Amino acid sequence: MDFNDSKEQAEFRAEVRAWLELNANRRADEVQIMRGQEGGYERAKAWYKKVADAGYACLAWPKEYGGAGLSQIHQVIWSQEVADFDTADGYFVIGIGNCGPAVQAFAPEEVKRDLLPKMASAEHVWCQLFSEPAAGSDVAGLRTRAEFDGDKWLLNGQKIWTSGAQHSDYGVVLTRTDPGVSKYRGLTLFMIDLKQPGVEVKPIKQMDGGRHFNEVFFNDAVVPDAYRLGEVGGGWGGALHVLMNERMAISGVQPNGFAQFLHFCQHTEVDGERVIDDPVVADRLASWYARDAGLRNANWRMLTAIAGGGVPGAEASLGKLVGAVMNQEIANFSVDYYNEAGAIMDDTVNVLEGHFQRSVLFSPGIRLAGGTDEIMRNIIAEQVLGLPQEPRVDKGIPFNEIPTGS
Amino acid sequence: MNFEFSDEQKFIQEQARAFLGDKCTAAQVREVLESDLTHHAGLWQQVIELGWPATAIPEEYGGLGLGYLELCVLAEEIGRSLLPAPVSSSIYLATEAIKLAGTEEQKRAWLPRLAAGEITGTVAFAELDASIHKGQVAVEVAGGKISGCKQPVADATLADFAVVAARDIAADNFSLYLLDLSAEGVTRSGVDSLDPSRPLGKLELKQAPVELLGGAGEGAVTIDRLLNGAAILLAFEQVGGAEAALNMAREYTTGRYAFGRPVASFQAIKHKLADMFVAIELARANAYYGAWALSTESPELPLAAATARVSATEAAWEATKENIQAHGGMGFTWEFDCHLYYRRAQHLALLLGGQRVWKNRLVEQLKPAASNSHTL
Ligand SMILES: Cc1cc2nc3c(=O)[nH]c(=O)nc-3n(C[C@H](O)[C@H](O)[C@H](O)COP(=O)(O)OP(=O)(O)OC[C@H]3O[C@@H](n4cnc5c(N)ncnc54)[C@H](O)[C@@H]3O)c2cc1C
Repeated sequence: MDFNDSKEQAEFRAEVRAWLELNANRRADEVQIMRGQEGGYERAKAWYKKVADAGYACLAWPKEYGGAGLSQIHQVIWSQEVADFDTADGYFVIGIGNCGPAVQAFAPEEVKRDLLPKMASAEHVWCQLFSEPAAGSDVAGLRTRAEFDGDKWLLNGQKIWTSGAQHSDYGVVLTRTDPGVSKYRGLTLFMIDLKQPGVEVKPIKQMDGGRHFNEVFFNDAVVPDAYRLGEVGGGWGGALHVLMNERMAISGVQPNGFAQFLHFCQHTEVDGERVIDDPVVADRLASWYARDAGLRNANWRMLTAIAGGGVPGAEASLGKLVGAVMNQEIANFSVDYYNEAGAIMDDTVNVLEGHFQRSVLFSPGIRLAGGTDEIMRNIIAEQVLGLPQEPRVDKGIPFNEIPTGS
Repeated sequence: MNFEFSDEQKFIQEQARAFLGDKCTAAQVREVLESDLTHHAGLWQQVIELGWPATAIPEEYGGLGLGYLELCVLAEEIGRSLLPAPVSSSIYLATEAIKLAGTEEQKRAWLPRLAAGEITGTVAFAELDASIHKGQVAVEVAGGKISGCKQPVADATLADFAVVAARDIAADNFSLYLLDLSAEGVTRSGVDSLDPSRPLGKLELKQAPVELLGGAGEGAVTIDRLLNGAAILLAFEQVGGAEAALNMAREYTTGRYAFGRPVASFQAIKHKLADMFVAIELARANAYYGAWALSTESPELPLAAATARVSATEAAWEATKENIQAHGGMGFTWEFDCHLYYRRAQHLALLLGGQRVWKNRLVEQLKPAASNSHTL
């Protein structure tokens, strides 16, 4: 075991840091604070173009696809260094992190060379169109139809909860091409150009008042056959590829609330006493510290495996599960700490500009997005521990014969 | 032993449930949540006509002369329906403060009007930089005039008067004062909060005239008793809201299909709902005990109140957050009502001070008077 950079890695780190010092501003806040994101999208795009022009975008991707042809470790070094700077790339995580690898694995060569460099530089923004009104946890129960029409595919149906669709140029979309066979075998994965008349995007208002996710309607939306990702009927394998990469992509960026909580404990005084000196807080702080450290260290182990050519396994689900739950607990505990004033939502009154109040209202979404707590536990139980599945009523029969309750 | 409400009390509860179930739906709650309205005026008017503000006010002061048990059963229904009206500020707190600490003259002046719903009141205890729960009060009174800032104050922009905790500049303790909120020297404004269906605000006071309520220097004692009573009433609201959230979750997961079966048929969901139920039943039982202690002014009131509040806050948090979870993505939308219960649970949990305050109050009651402990 060795946590030190190799000579080459240390040089790369110094190079990155020097570039960042020249091209970005250090973060003014000591920790990242949740705020309203007005104008954030344009700013993020401009920043990412700069990164791409300098050759730092998608470091681990091949050069011909807009990457730098370096390793996953270089990517990690970049992420660690950029964390100290005031930059935004959250809008591109889904495209670059989830969709990109599937496009690389399944698209025809000329399509990859055409689309991936623009994804890598965030000139094109991508989204992930899986969930539907009747298919979330059970995403293989989706109904959006894709039918082959002479020389192209026509899509009809509806997606929901599509994060960032309102900003997106392209998406990776999972569809049903054959309702007459078993649910997992009748699916096909595509890329789709969203800027076309057959696609309509409607933002959905969230419980916290924001509008990050959307409904997306397909009405004879057109997809060329060259945009098919994998075999007809082989969409489930492609979807798993996307979901597996999603777990890895979010493992680094998903908020778990700890950094803010630590900052709050260390730098806030209540009644002339530092919060960290309160024994009730200390007890929680220690537990959450251990969980946060566990996540960080587990992430190191995962990255080590990936650097050695492995793929992220189902273990990656535990980061999502632990982080999301702890994030909500921390928000609630911190708001409670302020007693009556905890209910106030005013940037000038609340500690960390109301971060914890916003987090109380946003944290429920993180326990759902990317697979719910319950689904994460099922994955760990069945795929990691190998426990037997519950009896399945939806297996071994054609999709259109599965009970739907309506 | 009889640990149950009487038939008359249950009848009051059923009437309230029928009335609110019909008139106070999520649509009415949203009218306030999604606007700058201070409360739902139409509903509040009907609540007045039903006599709810008069419930626990003695007949000699224009009230119905019923007791706290009747108020408790109403509170549960109010919590279930998320009534967007100044119930806790005016009925559980301001009215009680006057009953508890007012002179005969003050009672005659204020209680009949509160009973008739002509006016509403609130309490202004909290301040941003001083914790009332530790006996700290920064707002000051000198020569009958009050100055300073109180925040947050429930229903600050609606109430006609406030019972304010303030320090007499000469004294080393604090007292309660009656403050007419339309008086000169009072500036009030709303503040954004986690649950805009029960708005909070702030009072900026500059030499506003006040009148002493209760004995000079008795503020801490009166507030202590007031908080105990209000904690029990809020516990009933919390239990009602938590139960409504559980029912929502039960209904949704029964109708929602995934993997070819209702999601309620998955053990993970069954256990989740069973856990909610257990938390609610414990909280309900503790709230009932609190109701008994309050209605009999039992010496156990402080412990019973803290117990009811701690478990009701836990139950409401558990039930309202897991209700969102059980709804999947739908639960995270503005359109679905899950967040109304979640927001209200936060509001109620913080209104009289959070869990730390109430856990401390509880443990204080468990400390033995004499020390004959073993040393380790
Ligand atoms: C903020 C946010 C962003 C999102 N972004 C995207 C996106 O960009 N693209 C996209 O495709 N989707 C996205 N989603 C959708 C997300 O993946 C789904 O919401 C999630 O998978 C749950 O599906 P559902 O909403 O249909 O809930 P359901 O599947 O209906 O779940 C309802 C409840 O049943 C439980 N449940 C279901 N099946 C089981 C089981 N077998 N065992 C135990 N419990 C079970 C669930 O855990 C949940 O508690 C997003 C969601 C959110 C909240």
